[in-house]
Amino acid sequence: MFEDYFRQYALLIIFAAAAVTVPIGMLTMSYLAQFIKVRPSRPTAVKESAYEGGMPPFSSRPARFNFRYYYYALLFVVFDVETVFLFPWAVKYGVMSQQFGFAALGAVFIFLIVVTVGYAYAWRKQALEWVTNDDRS
Amino acid sequence: MNHLFLDNSLWRNIYCVLAGESAECAARDYSSGFLPGGMEWLAFLLAAAAIIGIVINAVLGGVIVLIWGERRLFGRFQSRTGPNRWGPFGTLTSVADAVKTMFKEDLVPAEADRILFNLAPVLIAAPALLVFSVIPFGVGTYVADLNVGVLFIMAVTSLTTLAVLTAAWSSANRIAILSALRSVALLISYEIPMALALVGVIMLAGSMALGDIIAAQGIPFILVQPLGFFVFFIAAMAEMARAPFDLTEAESELAAGYLNDYASMKFGLFFLAEFMAELSTSAIVTTLFLSGWKGFDPIPSHFWFAAKLIAVLFVIIWFRMTLPRLRVDQVLKFAWKGLFELTMINIIVTAVLIAIWPQPTTGQLWIMAAINWPVAIISIWGVSKLLGTPAYENSQPSADAPTYPVASESIPAASVLGADKGGD
Repeated sequence: MFEDYFRQYALLIIFAAAAVTVPIGMLTMSYLAQFIKVRPSRPTAVKESAYEGGMPPFSSRPARFNFRYYYYALLFVVFDVETVFLFPWAVKYGVMSQQFGFAALGAVFIFLIVVTVGYAYAWRKQALEWVTNDDRS
Repeated sequence: MNHLFLDNSLWRNIYCVLAGESAECAARDYSSGFLPGGMEWLAFLLAAAAIIGIVINAVLGGVIVLIWGERRLFGRFQSRTGPNRWGPFGTLTSVADAVKTMFKEDLVPAEADRILFNLAPVLIAAPALLVFSVIPFGVGTYVADLNVGVLFIMAVTSLTTLAVLTAAWSSANRIAILSALRSVALLISYEIPMALALVGVIMLAGSMALGDIIAAQGIPFILVQPLGFFVFFIAAMAEMARAPFDLTEAESELAAGYLNDYASMKFGLFFLAEFMAELSTSAIVTTLFLSGWKGFDPIPSHFWFAAKLIAVLFVIIWFRMTLPRLRVDQVLKFAWKGLFELTMINIIVTAVLIAIWPQPTTGQLWIMAAINWPVAIISIWGVSKLLGTPAYENSQPSADAPTYPVASESIPAASVLGADKGGD
């Protein structure tokens, strides 16, 4: 039993190695084609500049961006942790409700109510919206 | 635990043909293997190479066929022929594309971070391939049937976020960074409804192993979990970042987004990963909601799987051709305010139903389906009422709207509409 369990993960590791090797192999094949004069390589300064719609690029790396992305990252962490809690519960829920009846349901209801209160708070504070009313003024 | 793996896996069959005398294969017909005793490790590696080679080659070949089929279908949807020059019905077009992509000049921007720039295509293609390791393509045809299969799929597909951000940041392009931030916001927002939509399926099956989920589907779970299917399908389309959710590489706004500075095979790998994601999403939808390889008897299980896969692919392509692109605020609002609520409704309703019928039989699944469909329709209608703005709200001027001096008398309505151009 345990042998099979670990054998699956051994297969998975071999698959992962193959999955990394295949794209690297494709890139290498494409790179090697340069040496048999199949793939051209004539870089110029214009070709090597960043593409901004054809115009000369007017600034480089640090682009400014909307701070609201940060809210979504925070919300993602909160609700993704909720998902992590719900998955193991869902696996054993059928067995639990056979043993304990509606108690298994009540336990998770409390959890879901707490999450929903947080969700409602985020909604009320307009954290779920891209443009808030304050921005529009 | 995983009885299918022990009895009927293709990997196990290859292994036992090679190393027939080992203890695991004692109950089988193979009296002697090709390899002498004590060489089980070699048999293990050879069998692994065989099954993994089959799966990866099938996926890459499937991508070639998918690109051709998708372009042909695009043509049909847009009343044109589509690619039809190379090979019969243009079947060799995507092969030619692959060769051409490989031999294009490879450009790296001067300001780019070279290591990360070269790493990003590998980082996006490898997880897209790795998803296929847990998908059962037919009876016993899989690489591994993990008992955390669904969790594995969620974990591996979320690596796309990292690859997109790496690609954009390393290419030192403002447009690429804007696109990648949009993309990350989109991907992480839709990951939550996508994961929560699967909670209903896991509850019904009582397992996260894909083999067990297929075994639990007395009737396809699309009938029992209409709301879960609806949310999962939309969220998975968003995770693929295809139309109508392709705002990460919106051509008209961002050129090609984070793909902007990629050329040659590096661009080809992004392209490959996109189509592999489409294939794997269809395979996951088929496995979790359309009862996978199950079907009736004379037709082999692999054909059932392929037929369902092609049907799901057709629907995805149909969506892409039909719906226009959404704005970033619409997309995020839809994920957080629409789909999240629907998943919570789905979880609560399914939990109550399973509390009434734990370990449901097929008959009880039908009753659940009969309850779930009205719930799904009512809640989707309610959420669309809550979120949607009524169309053409202001088309009729209200009574207190300001009136302008140039009123309708100066321009006759009939001439504006072109009604006086002569009747026929």
